[in-house]
Amino acid sequence: MSAVDVIDHLVGIAPGSHLDGLRAQRVQARTNAQTSYLSLFQPDDPHSFSLLERFAVAVFVAELHQQPAIAAFYAEGLAAQPGGAVLAPTIEAEAARGVTHGPYGHFPAGPLSVEDTDGLVFTPGITPGPKLAAALAHAHMLVFHPRDAAAEHLRALEAAGWTVDGIVTLSQLVAFLSFQIRVIVGLRALAAAPAVEAN
Amino acid sequence: MSEPNVFTQAQLNWLPWLPPLPEAELTDRHMAGLVDPSRAKSPYFMLLARDPDILGARTRTDKDIFYNPTAGLPRAERELSAAATSRLNGCIYCASVHSRFATQFSKRGADVERLLAEGVGVDLDERWNAVIAASVALTETPIKFTTADIESLRATGMDDLSISDAIHGAAFFNWANRLMLSLGEAA
Repeated sequence: MSAVDVIDHLVGIAPGSHLDGLRAQRVQARTNAQTSYLSLFQPDDPHSFSLLERFAVAVFVAELHQQPAIAAFYAEGLAAQPGGAVLAPTIEAEAARGVTHGPYGHFPAGPLSVEDTDGLVFTPGITPGPKLAAALAHAHMLVFHPRDAAAEHLRALEAAGWTVDGIVTLSQLVAFLSFQIRVIVGLRALAAAPAVEAN
Repeated sequence: MSEPNVFTQAQLNWLPWLPPLPEAELTDRHMAGLVDPSRAKSPYFMLLARDPDILGARTRTDKDIFYNPTAGLPRAERELSAAATSRLNGCIYCASVHSRFATQFSKRGADVERLLAEGVGVDLDERWNAVIAASVALTETPIKFTTADIESLRATGMDDLSISDAIHGAAFFNWANRLMLSLGEAA
């Protein structure tokens, strides 16, 4: 359905450009980054994780990264879902409350405990419904303090209505966005610092 | 078996906190998602096989970033970006796998060990320092990676494909670390 490569679009990579040539040398990574996006945001079967929830989590994650253009891209997807336009300001307000600096968190007790760093443990305040609220809380932990993750967090998701398959897809979605956003930011920097031609 | 509480290059196990897909339930679609049939023996991949489409795309992305042998960044330094990212995020399991690979391909096991022991502030050499610093800048949230990181990498002799490989290595481990840390634990 979508012919636009999301990373190319959000970096601003034009066909025939230097960055286009670099990405063409890693064609499987390029193609499958896009296939990953499509499998999460245009799935054959969204099962228990609705498109509304998927785009809401994506807007939240992009906003937590303070990446306005990427957040706007996913906000367009959210607005296209029934109920999405109504939900969008809530997600943005939650993200504004959740913005902080990572990674922080705790290691298993022992020699690394000296590196333990406390930080914000986010609790949604106004998100409608326990299922989406639990997803935002989990997404915040994955974005900023993934080493704090524990089995009890998955039990909390289950208690809020998440299936095992849904938790796997939710985890993939937040983790994939953590990748996609970094590729976009990294390639933008590369595009902005072109090598001086040696000739 | 208790959870390891130090970074190590030793072989670790990983135990899921959710039930992996039972082998008897594998369909052709699941097998396609696993990419490599031997991964049906891995609890990690069998848990991720619950969403086979994203697993398959994830795996093919991973393989090209790290295993594509054509030009670009040497494998050792792709693995270094993965190990440094895992060290900063705190994924003891991921760091164990990719520090072993970094050692295998670079033959610089003592330097890799210092990254694990001292953390991402370690002072190794100009090129490894630049790869580690770039991985750190990309891994922080909000992301701190800028054109200054590009210039530091370029100053070590890297071409732009190598720099792109370093970006992708660190970016990919921000995906992998979050799955391994949040769906189970090292053992």
